[in-house]
Amino acid sequence: MRLPLRKALVIAWKDILSESRTRDILSSVGVFALLIIVIFNFAFEPGSDNVELVAPGVLWATITFAGVLGLGRSFVFEKEKGCLEGLLLCPVDRDVVYLGKMLGSLAFMLAVEIIVVPIFLILFDLPLFLPQLALITLLATVGFVSVGTLFSALAVNTRARDVMLPILFFPIVAPVIIAAMKASGLALERESWSAMSSWLQIMGVFDAIFIVISALVFEFVVEE
Amino acid sequence: MSRILLGISFGLMMAALYLVFIYVPTEGTMGVVQRIFYFHVPVAWVSFLAFFVVFIGSILFLWKRDEKWDMLARSSAEIGILFTSLVLITGPIWAKPAWGVWWTWDARLTTTLIMWVIYVSYLMVRSFAVEESRGARFAAVVGIFGFVDIPITAVAITLWRTQHPRPVIFEGGLAPSMLLTLIVCVAAFTLLYIYLMLQAISLKQAEADLGKISQALRG
Repeated sequence: MRLPLRKALVIAWKDILSESRTRDILSSVGVFALLIIVIFNFAFEPGSDNVELVAPGVLWATITFAGVLGLGRSFVFEKEKGCLEGLLLCPVDRDVVYLGKMLGSLAFMLAVEIIVVPIFLILFDLPLFLPQLALITLLATVGFVSVGTLFSALAVNTRARDVMLPILFFPIVAPVIIAAMKASGLALERESWSAMSSWLQIMGVFDAIFIVISALVFEFVVEE
Repeated sequence: MSRILLGISFGLMMAALYLVFIYVPTEGTMGVVQRIFYFHVPVAWVSFLAFFVVFIGSILFLWKRDEKWDMLARSSAEIGILFTSLVLITGPIWAKPAWGVWWTWDARLTTTLIMWVIYVSYLMVRSFAVEESRGARFAAVVGIFGFVDIPITAVAITLWRTQHPRPVIFEGGLAPSMLLTLIVCVAAFTLLYIYLMLQAISLKQAEADLGKISQALRG
């Protein structure tokens, strides 16, 4: 395996290992996501007639808000325990550190989504086995995590860090949210792959561009 | 130099006002309110120019670490936000008589609103940063991300819905007198932007110099 990727995986594994011991992020973000779904249920009252209109929006608003919470945690521990300095002292390129953190956050978000999305589908009485929805979720999550990891590292060095991350993050990932919502709507109606191809392309292009830019810019954000 | 620019800019703006309110004929279908177009469109183009300058300035600042690029980017962001706010204000003023509603969530409006928020967050990140130098770097990151994101957002939202009037200019739907008025207005607002930029940058330079002097006196 190429060396930088292995170093990144080591960093990601560190995060996954520490999370598997405490299960902090998983449990808090998971429960929070569930509560958001419940609140949206009160807000929109999805009956059988409008559930297909409302469901994609509810799903992606939930993942966005819960995701921001989880991403915000990703650098808080580093900052509090002085771990970030330790990471920066390692003889690795900064973009490898970014890649490692990103893969760790990706693992967390996917773990939360594997639980939350099926629960959501059950609660809203929607079809459960949709490979299209799985791909959409994967592409969108990569998009969130690529931008979110960078902005989390940035926001943790500001004063109002809990609110700064959403303010920076939401406008930039707006295209991903839109694409994910529209594509999910098509997936829930069991449309073909070609019907949602343009949305998938938008997410793919977004992911590719922003992973590269975030990796390039990461060192400017973490240096003292 | 800036005196001359001020003079030319003032002259052009006066010419623009004359053209917009006296020279150009009232448009057939929309009536008098259509004249907002001659302010709304140039201000929108110049705001895109301003954010492009923020993008270039941010890249150069992160690369060269020279403060002057940060001053350029920040000044352009401030003026860009001002101009975008004007777009978001003049638009609804036109929209209410023309479309019957203040706002719709169509492609161009939504993208412009998101753009406004991105550049407001550019300034916010500076105020919320712990040190000024880090704040400048964070803002540069936002400046780069924001500009790259705008086209992707525009494509996504356009795919989502469209209601804004079709671009009349490029389809040859403008009478010559209207085209002249529009061009003069674009020139007037671009010169205004350049003049405001020069003033803003020299002000920031003066602040920086003052800071250095007071620090030298103290130390």
